[in-house]
Amino acid sequence: MAITMTSSTLSPTAVERSQGYWTGAARKLLRDPVAVGSGLIVLTLLILAVFGPWLAPADPYASSMLGRLKPIGSPNYVLGSDELGRDMLSRLIVGARLSLFMGLTPVLLAFVIGMSLGLLAGYAGGWINSAIMRTVDVLYAFPSVLLAIALSGALGAGIFNALLSLTIVFTPPIVRVAESVTTQVRGRDFVEAARASGANALTIVRVHVLGNVLGPIFVYATSLIAVSMILASGLSFLGLGVRPPEPEWGLMLNTLRTAIYTQPWVAALPGAMIFITSIAFNLLSDSLRSAMDVKN
Amino acid sequence: MLSYLIRRLVYALPIMLGVALVCFALVHLAPGDPLVSVLPPDASAELAARIRQLYGFDRSYPEQFVSWLWRAIQGDLGTSIATGRPVRDEVFRAVGNTLRLAAIATLIGFILGSLFGFVAGYFRNTWIDRLASFLSVLGVSVPHYWLGMVLVIALSALTGILPASGAGPGGSDRWAWDWEHMRFMVLPALTMSVIPMGIIARTVRALVADILEQEFVIGLRARGLTEFGVFLHVVKNAAPTALAVMGLQLGYLLGGSILIETVFSWPGTGFLLNSAIFQRDLPLLQGTILVLAMFFVLLNLLVDMVQGTLDPRISRG
Repeated sequence: MAITMTSSTLSPTAVERSQGYWTGAARKLLRDPVAVGSGLIVLTLLILAVFGPWLAPADPYASSMLGRLKPIGSPNYVLGSDELGRDMLSRLIVGARLSLFMGLTPVLLAFVIGMSLGLLAGYAGGWINSAIMRTVDVLYAFPSVLLAIALSGALGAGIFNALLSLTIVFTPPIVRVAESVTTQVRGRDFVEAARASGANALTIVRVHVLGNVLGPIFVYATSLIAVSMILASGLSFLGLGVRPPEPEWGLMLNTLRTAIYTQPWVAALPGAMIFITSIAFNLLSDSLRSAMDVKN
Repeated sequence: MLSYLIRRLVYALPIMLGVALVCFALVHLAPGDPLVSVLPPDASAELAARIRQLYGFDRSYPEQFVSWLWRAIQGDLGTSIATGRPVRDEVFRAVGNTLRLAAIATLIGFILGSLFGFVAGYFRNTWIDRLASFLSVLGVSVPHYWLGMVLVIALSALTGILPASGAGPGGSDRWAWDWEHMRFMVLPALTMSVIPMGIIARTVRALVADILEQEFVIGLRARGLTEFGVFLHVVKNAAPTALAVMGLQLGYLLGGSILIETVFSWPGTGFLLNSAIFQRDLPLLQGTILVLAMFFVLLNLLVDMVQGTLDPRISRG
């Protein structure tokens, strides 16, 4: 058969490279208008977070006794000014950095820690599984807002303590998801085959298990970002997170609470930023879930 | 059935012990001397030692934990440092206020959420579904403390229709079910209901869409059942899970009301927690968290048990 190859079979034909799981998901995402829209908002926010200080029209820390609580649309104050006469637009732009940092870091840390613990529990089984999962059950028994506030309240206000508390809050649910998908994958034939051919535990987890569980855990972790943004800003809103005069949306909302009778719409602006961020991350996470075909 | 209930109960006990341990550890996690807010700065070493002994801080941690837990089981949560009153009395008065708010918010959220979810699931992949789904995304995305502020701005600061804060006329904390008092609850309850509304809408939509795909629904339609008859079957199948989610949401609201209560100065557990944190009133902090967390664990237990009773698939599984 191969001997009588015609010129047409010899000539190079375009061979479709088999699509990988991640490439396929990325293509589906790019065809989804909701995903593209929310992705653009997230991208804009990330650009503000990185380049904010250079994009802001005024110094976000410069206060002015005469320019306090200006309405939206005043000359020199496009979005008004806060209770110390600082430019709102600049503070909202520069505030993206700290707000996103406070919201994203706990989920990122919880993703790494939670996935490691979940893989360990799911793959090792036995008493290691029981020890990890029962500890997780106890932390899971607290409503998340209560646990976050109780921890950061006991530890004391500050950025580090707020990040620590939120990481502790978001780790247990990720451990649960990671443990359950790992337990499912562990029982599959290809893992058994790898073990039979002499691969050690670390290689099996790294090569055979991780690739199959990373997707669902990643999708789940992205669904926590919006909650984390709201909670992190909420801690600052209560006075338990970022401290003045740093621009952070939750803290700005807190200090502007007294201004709701004088400049109500200026006072509501920082919360609108948190809302937009949280919607964008939720929509993006939902699209990611359907693009990667992860069941709830 | 009974064995399922007993198994579930036995499983909850170590969780409750763990929860108590976390609450106990919180105080010792706190940096600095737990007595710092009780003692005057110029207190003699002798006085400090006596107070330390009085609060039991001179003993080892396991000893302290056992005696604290033993007293807590008997209903003694210690004395508030700031007010000098028993923590139990402070917490239970606040729990009543929060429970009232959370229960009404859950009810509103459940009714509207089920409605949105049902409609979305029934007319799935139509514009009605997309609209309802988008609204539920808004519901779960909104920072509720900000929504509270916006509602205060719109209905209180600008128009003066409803009061902005407090739980009764003239700052009174005596409650009555009349409009004079109820109007103080409208804004916080509405704000609070948005979270369970979004979550219940999402759950019910997925449930209804899932049930409608199942074969027995095709069977019912094939036998010529009216659309209303099919609807009743769908409700019956979706109800246990939807009710369970509602129960859990009530628990989340009880524990998570602190931000909303701060916005509206509502005299509940969140408000208490806030003052305990900022006055470094550690017994009060510990007691409030313990009561709220235990409430949540018991509510979880109750929800599981009710769900197991309503849905035989769970207790036999």
